[in-house]
Amino acid sequence: MKKILRLFFIMIKIGLFTFGGGYAMIALLENEFVSKRHWIQSNEFADMVAIAESTPGPIAINFATFIGYTQSGVLGSAVATAGVCIPSFVIIYLISLFFDAFQQIRWVTAAFKGIQVGVVVLILSAGFKMLFQMPKTVYNIICMSITMICLVVCSLYAVNFSSIFYIITSAVLGLTVYFVKWLCKRMTHEKGNKK
Amino acid sequence: MIYLKLLLTFLKIGAVSFGGGYGMISLIREEVLAYGWLTEEQLLHFIAVSESTPGPIAVNMATFIGSAQGGFFGALAATFGVVLPSFIVIILIASLLAKVMRYAAVQAALNGIRPVITGLVLGTALILLLSTIADVKTICSPVSFDWKAITIFSILTGSMAVYYKFRRKTVSPILLLLLSGSIGIIFYL
Repeated sequence: MKKILRLFFIMIKIGLFTFGGGYAMIALLENEFVSKRHWIQSNEFADMVAIAESTPGPIAINFATFIGYTQSGVLGSAVATAGVCIPSFVIIYLISLFFDAFQQIRWVTAAFKGIQVGVVVLILSAGFKMLFQMPKTVYNIICMSITMICLVVCSLYAVNFSSIFYIITSAVLGLTVYFVKWLCKRMTHEKGNKK
Repeated sequence: MIYLKLLLTFLKIGAVSFGGGYGMISLIREEVLAYGWLTEEQLLHFIAVSESTPGPIAVNMATFIGSAQGGFFGALAATFGVVLPSFIVIILIASLLAKVMRYAAVQAALNGIRPVITGLVLGTALILLLSTIADVKTICSPVSFDWKAITIFSILTGSMAVYYKFRRKTVSPILLLLLSGSIGIIFYL
């Protein structure tokens, strides 16, 4: 019980002091659970990073659920996830109460016009960062370009085509490429055996 | 039922988005525009607030949109929705399917998805850029360049490039938003 409470407060602290989403949180979690408390081994932590990044949903939530589970099962997961969400929830809820009134102030309106451009730059730079980290294989480059172009063209022509379709199609495509490669390998292998 | 709608929408967003906060942007944009919950400008304001307050961006966005649409319980429904798929998937992996991530087929599907997420983020950035600096929303809308926005965009990307050249790291998002806000006050007040 004591451990669950401690887990809860650690996650609240992490939720309160990380800016900039999941990746910023990973460093803090590493410091808290691996270096300071030794609750998790560092190789175990590396596995958790890989899983949290590649499962759907917010990375921070994936991580919190995972760490909670390894410490105290499903209850630990629930407590850790709630802990990491509570600061966000409280802060944003309070902001949302005053946000409209706040935006009526003249200089705030002006500032937000500039900030709009700032946010576009942020999203663009997040996209470029992902692009630089992406392995430059033929498949990746083609899929990336097609998705980007289709998304922009669909939006310009006001065609409703959900991002979900791109994601599902690409998952199926990834699997197909894998099975085709696997079949090719098997066939050449069988040929080799016959000889 | 706005609560149910918020819950289901954010369940969907939580279940199919990969790559963290920015990986969700394209889907969140489509959903909020389709329901008429936010305009494109409001969405950009919400992203700015979510980025400059602590905590996961996705949770901040969900809480913010939920609260704007349905008050306290709307915020609760949206946040619960965006968190639930993660929670279930991770518990399944941690308890029963410890080895599922090592299967070659799962890795193949994930490798198939990754470039598409990059494309979605870049594509959404381009759409937002077009509508911010040239007011282009659809192919029919007349192009009217917003020279102030174009100047701000150039100043921001220019200063980012200079910063990267000297410090070898990217500008922190909060610093960038503060800078863009200050330039906004100078330009638009």
